[in-house]
Amino acid sequence: MWLAADRAPAKAYDARLQRSHFNRSGYLLMTQRPFLSMLRLAVLLAVSQSAVAALQPASAFETTLANGLRVIVKEDHRAPTVVHMVWYRAGAIDEIDGTSGVAHVLEHMMFKGTKKVGPGQFSKRVAAVGGRDNAFTNLDYTAYFQQVPKRALAAMMALEADRMANLRLDAREFAQEIKVVMEERRMRTDDNPQALVNERLQSVAFQEHPYRRPVIGWMSDLEQMSYRDAQDWYRRWYAPNNAYVVVVGDVDHAEVFRLAEKYYGGIKRRALPTRRALAEPKQLGIKRLEVRAPAKLPYLMMAWKVPKLQDIRRDREPYALEMLSALLDGHDAARLSKDLVRGQKIAQSASAGYDATLRGEAQFILDGQPAEGRTVADLEAALRAEIRRIQEEGVSAEELARAKTQTLAGQIYKRDSMMAQAMEIGGAEAAGVHWQDIDTMLEMTRGVTAEEVQAAARKYFRDDALTVAVLDPQPLDAVAAKATVTAPSH
Amino acid sequence: MKKTLFGMLCLLAATMAEAGVSIEQWMTSSGARVYFVVSRGLPMLDVQIDFAAGSAYEASDGGRFAGLARLTNDLLDAGVSGLDEEQIAARLGDIGARLTRSIDPDRASMGLRTLSAKAERDAALELLRAMLATPTFPADAVGREKARSIAEIQEAETRPESILAKRFAAAIYPGHPYGLQATAESVGRIGRDELMTFWRSHYGARRATVTIIGDVSRAEAEIIATRLCAALPDAPPDAPLATVTAPARQTIRIAHPASQAHISIGLPMIRRGDADFFPLLVGNYVLGGGGFVSRLMQEVREKRGLAYSVYSSFSPRKLEGPFQISLQTKRSQAAEALQVVSATLAQFLEQGPSMSELRAAKQNLIDGQALGLDSNAKLLRTVAMIGFYQLPLNYLDDFPGRVEAVTAGQVRLAFARHVQPEHLVTAILAGD
Repeated sequence: MWLAADRAPAKAYDARLQRSHFNRSGYLLMTQRPFLSMLRLAVLLAVSQSAVAALQPASAFETTLANGLRVIVKEDHRAPTVVHMVWYRAGAIDEIDGTSGVAHVLEHMMFKGTKKVGPGQFSKRVAAVGGRDNAFTNLDYTAYFQQVPKRALAAMMALEADRMANLRLDAREFAQEIKVVMEERRMRTDDNPQALVNERLQSVAFQEHPYRRPVIGWMSDLEQMSYRDAQDWYRRWYAPNNAYVVVVGDVDHAEVFRLAEKYYGGIKRRALPTRRALAEPKQLGIKRLEVRAPAKLPYLMMAWKVPKLQDIRRDREPYALEMLSALLDGHDAARLSKDLVRGQKIAQSASAGYDATLRGEAQFILDGQPAEGRTVADLEAALRAEIRRIQEEGVSAEELARAKTQTLAGQIYKRDSMMAQAMEIGGAEAAGVHWQDIDTMLEMTRGVTAEEVQAAARKYFRDDALTVAVLDPQPLDAVAAKATVTAPSH
Repeated sequence: MKKTLFGMLCLLAATMAEAGVSIEQWMTSSGARVYFVVSRGLPMLDVQIDFAAGSAYEASDGGRFAGLARLTNDLLDAGVSGLDEEQIAARLGDIGARLTRSIDPDRASMGLRTLSAKAERDAALELLRAMLATPTFPADAVGREKARSIAEIQEAETRPESILAKRFAAAIYPGHPYGLQATAESVGRIGRDELMTFWRSHYGARRATVTIIGDVSRAEAEIIATRLCAALPDAPPDAPLATVTAPARQTIRIAHPASQAHISIGLPMIRRGDADFFPLLVGNYVLGGGGFVSRLMQEVREKRGLAYSVYSSFSPRKLEGPFQISLQTKRSQAAEALQVVSATLAQFLEQGPSMSELRAAKQNLIDGQALGLDSNAKLLRTVAMIGFYQLPLNYLDDFPGRVEAVTAGQVRLAFARHVQPEHLVTAILAGD
């Protein structure tokens, strides 16, 4: 998942967030009525019943305003704080050639003021109530949030509602901010070899599908962008009927609904443009590319096109792929760490990722760095051997149970964070999954069998659907000021 | 008049925002300090144990074995009496427990998050106890982790942010353990003997702080702490580290092909528990700690578009921890950005915060306190810090009052005392 946080401090920067599709199963499998399902799950697994018996159900509620804005509220009374988020169904997937990055640029411009709230005043007002605010743009959506003491919720709604309808975009503010975004691109991508590999892999893996464009945008598109592009984007997508509000915290849901009506209710519904679904032409053979950039360790990334979750109740394979990912890389005892890092010592690091819930096309990704004295070819062979072993020998009941236990425990630990709970709801909704179905997905994942994992591994890891990217590290003194990228070969 | 009224309002707000976190504290018979907060909302438990065993303690041989503190911490789960690393990983996986490790110059930490039901909890805590009390440091795992650590160091030596951080730390702490850096050579020298010796002499109860947050009773927490610490090695108590001497003013330039220049400016600042902490906290919020609303953000990013991220931060430690301003900007703009930062800092040192800035900073720090304590994970971080540095138990309750009491004059004086321009180190990587 690629998050372009508007102003995350450099220290909080997490390389894993660069990845387009890392395993979001942590976010995916939240349950709204966990009491019964977790209890049943507990019987099935090694975890004792009493481990989860004390967990009370969490209550979530939903309403839809007349203008089409949906409001989802989850009460959590453990501390006197609240998270308020507004999600727009507009992300990089909705961009067109020549204006890549505009979804994210608009996210930056959303802090530049309205008729009522001057430039920079938004964050000042959040700070004044003791709060923190930020925003992030991804392939499928753009989201804004504030974490505040609970008494400040109404003020936050007033601010978000104001910029949903009254954003003031001008050329001068834009000219400053686009420079900031270019610096962000340099920091996140241009000077980050692994991020470059991911960006270039996606641009080769997809020929037609919009996931081929980076969320941050190509530099030349940023250089030519004008405030009018941002304005067009805002007018096209920033409407209450293309948004939803998620509130998690020490609140009463009826009161939140009342506040939402008061602040957001007056904003007018607008006709939304037709979304054209761009299907990727079927890949007809393996694609390989190389990225040369200053680094010491090589890096390998392998991405297979695989199905995503479409029918929550009937699909089986996406859940099996989720479990496959968890078996390979869900915890310390998972196969990639156990076999490749510790056992054979072929990898310095290795990981697996699969996100089943997204608007676009799904990929199953394996990546890693070879250990000292090993090559990317060795690592590729070893990763392929891990898949082959599952194709041929399947997985044990014990490791499947362990992967499910991790998922269950992760669900409980997630309840410790209001932000994580709000992200889970928001992320699912962005992909078109109703929050109430998060529970169903957990049940479905619970039902995955060892045979289904093996069958999915057999069916989808074909070279015809594979793109492989390799970082060829260049010594610091031998490279020019810019990283170079070689042309892909098919 | 206006000011007084505002002060009263703030005090009222402070009372309302009072942390309400009740920390219980005691000592185990083995000599470990224990901090406990009961939290019954979720069926989970966090236990963290911090030892005075951070990277500053590996300097005793002149840095020949730099990297030893981290490697010791990393290898605690590589084998214990009766279990190999695969068995440990599998057992933790089977009960859904999660292990975290971290190292800073002062502390070596190990954290365990587990379900709080007795079966899972007991199994998880038994593994944690064994890792701390009976690590075996098997030769195979030692060799492998040394190789990984060396590869990581070599990779870091190509990355702009890592190169700058290392050079900056070495320059502000010349000859001091806080400036010591692990190298491929120093890690290469480490053997099983060094690991065993470091563990035996640093992972003792008298150097340990245990923090327990979650779904257990006081009586259960006492048993947990006692068991965890009963069989730790008999290490001597923490001895004071060498005194920090302030560096001379200097500018370091590092060549690198990156598209952005990375810049850090700073010096050693204050110890944890220093009376100037609150004025510095409030002042730093105004200067560069307060996100979007700080002066540095306004001058560098909002007005000029020179950087995506720019901030100032300070990290009090046992001894004078670092203060630093950091940013990245297109390499051709390095000089301009540095000039803006220097002017902003100089003006702040001279004039201190305005009354409205002071008010906004206090408001955010006081009203935002609850946000820093609204999960077990956040509580754990804060309470462990209070415990390790032996801050007063009422630190959280006193926090709003201490922040509110800060005056603009105190901020100016505290910054004048702790940020003296003649000691400022500037490091610039990839600046044209």
